[in-house]
Amino acid sequence: MSQYISTDSDWTFELLQEYDSEIARVATHYGLDTYPNQIEVISAEQMMDAYSSVGMPIGYHHWSYGKQFLATQKSYQRGQMGLAYEIVINSNPCIAYLMEENTLPMQALVIAHACYGHNSFFKNNYLFRTWTDASSIIDYLVFAKNYLRKCEERHGQDEVEALLDACHALQNYGVDRYRRPKPISAAEERMRQQEREEIRQQQLNDLWRTLPTRKQEASTKKQRQFPSEPQENLLYFIEKNAPLLQPWQREVVRIVRKISQYFYPQRQTQVMNEGWATFWHYTLLNHLYDEGKVNDGFMMEFLTSHTSVVYQPGFDSPYFNGINPYALGFNMFQDIRRICEHPTDEDREWFPDIAGKDWLETLHFAMRDFKDESFIQQYLSPHLMREFHLFSIYDDDTADHYKVDAIHNESGFRRLRETLSRQYDLSVREPNIQITHVDIEGDRSITLRHTQQDGMPLSGDTFEVLKHIHLLWGFDVHLESWDGDHMIKRMSCPSISVDL
Amino acid sequence: MSYIIDRRLNGKNKSMVNRQRFLRRYRNHIKEAVQDAVNRRSITDMDRGEQISIPTRNTHEPRISHGPGGKQTRVYPGNKQFNPGDELEKPQQGGGGQGNGQASNQGEGEEDFTFAITRDEFLNYLFDDLALPNMVKQTLARTKNFKTRRAGFVSEGTPNNLSVIKSMRNAHARRIGMGAGKRRKLKQLQAELEDAQHSGDPALIQRLEADIADVERRLKTIPFLDDIDLRYRNQVKVPMPTSKAVMFCLMDVSGSMTQDVKDLAKRFYLLLYLFLERNYEQIEIVFIRHHTSAKEVDEQEFFYSRETGGTIVSSALRLMQDIIEARYDENEWNIYAAQASDGDNWDDDSPLCAKLLHEHLLPAVQYFTYIEITPNDHQALWEAYKNVGKAFPAQFAMAQIRGAEDIYPVFRELFAKDQYQEAI
Repeated sequence: MSQYISTDSDWTFELLQEYDSEIARVATHYGLDTYPNQIEVISAEQMMDAYSSVGMPIGYHHWSYGKQFLATQKSYQRGQMGLAYEIVINSNPCIAYLMEENTLPMQALVIAHACYGHNSFFKNNYLFRTWTDASSIIDYLVFAKNYLRKCEERHGQDEVEALLDACHALQNYGVDRYRRPKPISAAEERMRQQEREEIRQQQLNDLWRTLPTRKQEASTKKQRQFPSEPQENLLYFIEKNAPLLQPWQREVVRIVRKISQYFYPQRQTQVMNEGWATFWHYTLLNHLYDEGKVNDGFMMEFLTSHTSVVYQPGFDSPYFNGINPYALGFNMFQDIRRICEHPTDEDREWFPDIAGKDWLETLHFAMRDFKDESFIQQYLSPHLMREFHLFSIYDDDTADHYKVDAIHNESGFRRLRETLSRQYDLSVREPNIQITHVDIEGDRSITLRHTQQDGMPLSGDTFEVLKHIHLLWGFDVHLESWDGDHMIKRMSCPSISVDL
Repeated sequence: MSYIIDRRLNGKNKSMVNRQRFLRRYRNHIKEAVQDAVNRRSITDMDRGEQISIPTRNTHEPRISHGPGGKQTRVYPGNKQFNPGDELEKPQQGGGGQGNGQASNQGEGEEDFTFAITRDEFLNYLFDDLALPNMVKQTLARTKNFKTRRAGFVSEGTPNNLSVIKSMRNAHARRIGMGAGKRRKLKQLQAELEDAQHSGDPALIQRLEADIADVERRLKTIPFLDDIDLRYRNQVKVPMPTSKAVMFCLMDVSGSMTQDVKDLAKRFYLLLYLFLERNYEQIEIVFIRHHTSAKEVDEQEFFYSRETGGTIVSSALRLMQDIIEARYDENEWNIYAAQASDGDNWDDDSPLCAKLLHEHLLPAVQYFTYIEITPNDHQALWEAYKNVGKAFPAQFAMAQIRGAEDIYPVFRELFAKDQYQEAI
């Protein structure tokens, strides 16, 4: 049969091109909507470079990336770690790196996985659509790099480095979770004002004027509250309000914040993103096999890699390192397809909406409109919980035993699903910290409030982070930990911390 | 629509800048590690990189996160025998903590952050400490010395190497070669013209004159100078002629020499060794230690064994002289010597030392350096050596040293001499 695309395991650029067009054809068949692809073949050293710059093709210079590079280099050279087969960047065109060491089946897998799986996820998932602008990210990174270089020339490397250190410490607190309202135009403002006027006119009742006025001394004494509402985007607040920052420093804060915002969707969709990409490399290459385009040897090699990617060791295995997002995501998408195509009675009871429906449509819907937390909450089936033998452990630091909370049985399914979903909720994973008060009429100190959940304290790093906030803010920084309505700890910088 | 691009030819060292930033930030840690390595390694073994370890807590980037503790429920895969309500013993503190959860991935581990620095970086940190000028650093860090030498002529090169004479000679030859046939033709035509003039056939004369004019024109179009004529002087790099050197390390190991002083002395020998290594292919080192009597020892014993008792410096000088006579013919070997001491000497011995140097050693050696590692006033030996220095300014250098940065001046002339030789 000479309709195989190739029978060899060495790749050439022509073969890559051919595989790409075949995979693209099948991807279109399944309705995958992607950005154009830019596939770049790189060497292992270049892959290490890409690793240490959080996968971005270009970035500003900072020692922490150097540290990352040294660590990667060391463990790679000692053979403790293989390099990833690919890195893919959410940009338009979508840039994917292939390593030259990969064999041809691996390259095909990577093309299917990154260039069609991840790519379509980037383009269609609601979080990415809301928070990232794929077509401008590369330009922005170039701008950031040049801007920081100029800052270093003008203000010295040390100063820029200290500023970046401080911003990096707050990176995860530099994201908007909800869209800020767009500033309204003057015309809109006028319109709204007219509307308000009209409503007031309609409700005008001369009787109100006759009421005696209430004395208002209480409200005049009340201190001006700033910010008027608690702020959770610390970097945004600092960028806009820190009293002493110079314009260039505000711009640097903004750069870190913007880049952090760009990565925000990726942090929330790890399981889905990897699961989706894995599902599609599996489905697309199997489709090619069914068409007789690839031979058995190709499939054997492909399946070897595939199974090791989606392997989930048990909690007691020496290889256990948390739940493997590839395994969970891949199996969930497979499971949704199964529920659509061959539903059991249990599935009909749990998933009446999707059981027996068109699987492709259901899958695309699931990919578009969820993030990890809601995806698991919505689609993790009892069938899969049994497959994974999931169970949950309750750990109370005051007790001297762990308690098994729920297992994969009838009474435990909902609890398990709830718990696992919370595990992927960023607002649970990260401590809840908000800026509640700035003493604008007094010593200009800033107060942050940590609302404790489930008695989980802040890590030992916190005081170091406060130092960084102090550097940015320029005046005293206080951090209060609240459990319910009583304060349990208050830290200040520069100062000492007090346990209450 | 996909584009496939081959990026393998792009540079691979994109992370170099960030790596340098990291090294710069942890400069002090690295310096310390280099110091340790210097003390640990043999002085013949400085020419390679080093593994650097930095405690993880120093390279850690702080983030706000949850610490251990509190009440939490986590989901794990792979249940085999648990039922709801089962209780499990918590492991003792310091073990797995909260059961290999993924929450504690940030830096609590006490393992050091290790990475390697290259030979060049290692030497750089080493020299930094010794306050070496940049020129000298370059000289020392260079792997091999090269001299450029003329090597005939080549047909390609830069204009500054153009050999005018060769080029003109070539052009001349080419012009003769290319014009030979035409000139022969010209001569023939001219002869015919002469005949024709005798016979007086105007049509023939006219035709011959036209032919002659044509040949002359073609002769003129032969270029005076063509690209293929150009010849350039060829320069090739050849390794500097190298030969053998022997380095004598002399040190006082009497009770007054502490380990600190010896470490300082080690730097001093090291510098001399590195210098020699750049200039000579084969180097031997002779370690001579002395108190009241001198002895040839190995490096380990030289630096790390302790002796007590008085000091007679001349014993070491005499031993050195014996060794030179026995093993190192001064016509065949370049002899260097470095002596370190805290300045103590037996009172009557110093003039004898001066005399030994003056009459036997200095005429034989390339360079003799002496350092006195002491914060106190100079003693008799220093005074005696001072006069020696005056008599042999080119071969003898001495200095008093309080810290590592004082070592370099002793070598200044040595390095200066080297620069000078290279410039010729």
